Amino acid sequence: MFDKYMICEEGFGNVVEDGQVVGFTFLARLPYYRGIGLSMVEDIGVVIDGEPVSRQDVRFTVRGRTWTLDEMETEYTERWNFGEKAAVTVRRPNGLAPGRHRLQLSERIRVSYLPFVPTTRDAKELDIPA
Amino acid sequence: MSTYDIKRGVSLYSYQEEYFLRQKSLEDLIKVSAEMGAKGIELISEQTFPDYPNPLDPSVYDNWHALMAKYGTTPVCHDFMLDYKKYKDRPMPFEEQVASCKVDIDHAARLGCPYTRALVSIDPKVLVACADYAESRNVRILIEVHAPLHFDHPWIIRHAEAFEKSGSDYLGFLPDMGMFLFAFPPVWKEKFMRDGVPPHIADYICKAYEDRVLSEYVILEVEKMGGVGPAIGMATTLRHNAAFEPKRMLDHMDRIWNIHAKFYEMTEDLVEPSIPYDEIIRVLKQGGYKGYICSEYEGNRWIQDAFPVDSIEQVRRQQEMFKKLIGEPQAAVSAA
Repeated sequence: MFDKYMICEEGFGNVVEDGQVVGFTFLARLPYYRGIGLSMVEDIGVVIDGEPVSRQDVRFTVRGRTWTLDEMETEYTERWNFGEKAAVTVRRPNGLAPGRHRLQLSERIRVSYLPFVPTTRDAKELDIPA
Repeated sequence: MSTYDIKRGVSLYSYQEEYFLRQKSLEDLIKVSAEMGAKGIELISEQTFPDYPNPLDPSVYDNWHALMAKYGTTPVCHDFMLDYKKYKDRPMPFEEQVASCKVDIDHAARLGCPYTRALVSIDPKVLVACADYAESRNVRILIEVHAPLHFDHPWIIRHAEAFEKSGSDYLGFLPDMGMFLFAFPPVWKEKFMRDGVPPHIADYICKAYEDRVLSEYVILEVEKMGGVGPAIGMATTLRHNAAFEPKRMLDHMDRIWNIHAKFYEMTEDLVEPSIPYDEIIRVLKQGGYKGYICSEYEGNRWIQDAFPVDSIEQVRRQQEMFKKLIGEPQAAVSAA
């Protein structure tokens, strides 16, 4: 559910720190009918232009706090709320070139009552402004 | 025949599409529900209130009660989740599960809900351990009986036995009407066909469902027909859904205190093509049901890939159907 809303149309761009482009970022939502604690987000997978991103290079930011995916697994208080737009950032020297890019996102969440651990996917073509 | 008092309500779960997309506010949803005469309000607090079950600002509760008063609605049920898989490397200890449930019981009480919904996979020992606390807060815990489980399943029988043994009047059932899936929902079939299931395989699965063929035989047959991927997925839904009988509720009427009126589609002529609400309401009347029947629209996930979702119109149609089936006086209908 909500698969096609996972990647937001807005918020896609390069990340600049101290004058250097250090990666790219986009806004993402949970494909679920409620929010969940961050410890139950098992993976956020990103593929950019067909190239899978290393798990170690992904950062998750919500309401001003940032975690690595490994750090999220032991975050037992903060949540990714229902319909909330979180920033997913990929560390990547020089970021992405201006123009159109194909972004693929997969989110794997551990839901107590489900007899499986669902992975849900979305893909969109988004533009980095020149 | 027993007397009955079937009241109309809605679970805000029904409006998840519009709430997710921030197209409607909580007040919008309460208002439209009241306008339909669905005066009982059920909610999944982890959907409705950001950060719940972390402590909420008191203003959240003040606002909730102000909305109930403004629109003449009544809190019915807070649906809780209990994330016992919170820790990846270990199960949640029993005492922590009990403590987590007590947070939800307190929250339900603050919302003014007489009931709180427990998910079907929760161990009955956890609920029994909460019964006295629930009584002290005057909140009844209802385990949701949801497909693929049903009232004759050993897991539900175990719950029923545990509730009886506890002697508590604060433990009961909340049946989800999706377990009475008499026909394969047309919106499911159409979605699977959009995902690539060949029409002849989709037709076969629907016919096999109509003929009540065991799911494993249907899956095998679909494999023999050359079905792959989404075709197997469509056949596999038969493992998780079945046409159990509404009359199986009759043995448990003394502990059924709220109902999820699950539906996937309401047509323009006010029919749910897959769930037999005429039979369901007949059984509830026969069983002397006194309580709410809360709309639970779950069609958005089956159409949102291709069509706009109008959850409010869908709920409105189901409420119109309930007015007819329950037999509300016309004056009451127009007053609503």
